Amino acid sequence: MTKALDWIKSHILMFVSILILVFLIAPNAVMLLFSFNQPANKYNFVWHKFSTNAWQHPCASSDMCSSIKLSITIAVIAMIGATALGTMVAFAIMRYRFKGRTLLNVLLFLPMAAPEVTMGITLMTFFYNTTGSNSLGFWTIVIAHIMFSLSYVVVTVKARLSGMDPTLEKAAADLYATPFETFRRVTLPLVMPGILAAALLSFALSIDDYIITVLTAGNEVTFPMYVYASFQHSVPAQIDVIGSTMLLVTLAGIAFAQVPQIVKARRA
Amino acid sequence: MSAATVQAAPPDALSRPEDHPKKRNILPYVLLAPGVLWLLIFFLIPIFTAISASVQTGSLDMGFKVTWNWANYSTTFSQYSTEVWHSLEYSVACTVICLALGYPLAYFIAFRGGRWKNLLMALVIAPAFTSFLIRTVAWETLLSDHGWITRVLMDLKVTNVMVHLGLLTNNHQLLNTPFSVIFGMVYNFLPFTVLPLYTSLEKIDPRLHEAGRDLFCSGFKTWRYITWPLSLPGVIAGTLLTFIPAVGDYVNAYMLGGPNTHVIGTVIENEALRDVFGYPIASAMGVILTAGTLLIVLGYVKKAGSEDLL
Repeated sequence: MTKALDWIKSHILMFVSILILVFLIAPNAVMLLFSFNQPANKYNFVWHKFSTNAWQHPCASSDMCSSIKLSITIAVIAMIGATALGTMVAFAIMRYRFKGRTLLNVLLFLPMAAPEVTMGITLMTFFYNTTGSNSLGFWTIVIAHIMFSLSYVVVTVKARLSGMDPTLEKAAADLYATPFETFRRVTLPLVMPGILAAALLSFALSIDDYIITVLTAGNEVTFPMYVYASFQHSVPAQIDVIGSTMLLVTLAGIAFAQVPQIVKARRA
Repeated sequence: MSAATVQAAPPDALSRPEDHPKKRNILPYVLLAPGVLWLLIFFLIPIFTAISASVQTGSLDMGFKVTWNWANYSTTFSQYSTEVWHSLEYSVACTVICLALGYPLAYFIAFRGGRWKNLLMALVIAPAFTSFLIRTVAWETLLSDHGWITRVLMDLKVTNVMVHLGLLTNNHQLLNTPFSVIFGMVYNFLPFTVLPLYTSLEKIDPRLHEAGRDLFCSGFKTWRYITWPLSLPGVIAGTLLTFIPAVGDYVNAYMLGGPNTHVIGTVIENEALRDVFGYPIASAMGVILTAGTLLIVLGYVKKAGSEDLL
């Protein structure tokens, strides 16, 4: 009896952790399952019967598919913009001396420390007062998304740069590489993983954003806005199909990224 | 360990900007300019525009004018005090619960995870790979009146107890209660608590635990006097990263809550998007929320003494 109690006592942390992980993963499992549901009414909330209908006709609601297209377009442009601007800032911070370093750090930290709804409402007010209420739309969403992703890009690229061995660049210079050659053939390949990670992060932040987007969107409807609004009229199973596809694509991407490491480990 | 530290030191020292004295030229400003301008124009200046807008009167058709109408601020607290309180209550409750759940999980992964560490952390982050709105829809499915969780509670005959505790409404609903809103927020923001906690716990040398035990500390005492102080930076970063998005969140309040769980964000969106006279008061609330959050964050950081937020 005491043995059993001891065993439970020494494993209680494990049980608690497993329960929390189940809590975190449960909605994804529900989403996968309900993508195969044939809802009895307009709301895909109650299990009715198995069907692959939603997977066969993912664009049954054309509004939804155009909102996905819009979200992806915005996310790609915002990703390119935020990654370019953020990488330049990260390089300046790590490699050069300049005035106003502390102020810059504060300016970079603030967008991460402000609740989304405040950034959304202040930006909306700004566009109202400068370019008028009709200017809200595609480009104001892109501007907003670049703004809130920028700091995350800087932090990610900075982390990569600070972990880099600067003697490699000095070695390149010793071998008569010009500064540009050194940058292109030594620095850039070394920083690339950081830049790619930052780009993925800003893409993910952009495609999933609701609060800032709704306040700067005007008449445009992005995918998160579609899901949010769908609560008022219907929640089709196709939403779960899109969610499941996103999950499976990301998981496949992560698995794919592990392949070189596994190959390396096998060879060694 | 110590050898590695010594070896790692020179590159760190070399990468400091002081070691590039020759590079004092115009290039850094050129690199900084686009990003800094973007943040100045689209983040900082809008805050001041919002301050100006918050004292305007007018309507969308007639245009707005600055009339120094401070009433927007007093209205926020008189008319919407319930919503302001809800925002604070829900976000504080969410932060506390996230810490209570996130700490054991991060501790387990950091010290007992072994070779499964990375996989377990991937499991923590994995849910975030799909839209958080869709995951909230999934909770709606689970918590709804005919959902599995409600049915299990019915079968266990604990519904009456839960009604007494205020966790269920009188007609045995899980949804549309403060409970379901906080539940959804905890679910959404828990990874933000776990990540920084894990990072700071993972850095702790496990030999310090052995040293504690060698000095006859109990498990709890070892945690209290060794692990907890060393994990404080993670606790600060984790709670801040949870509290900040939580205080402005209104998606959970909308999707999992009901008419009695409105928060300040709900009002801001309604006033800004659905009321032709509403945008000055929405700006005022935005200004209040920004100022309030900044004060709380600064006070917290000063008290907890953490400088390296980035």
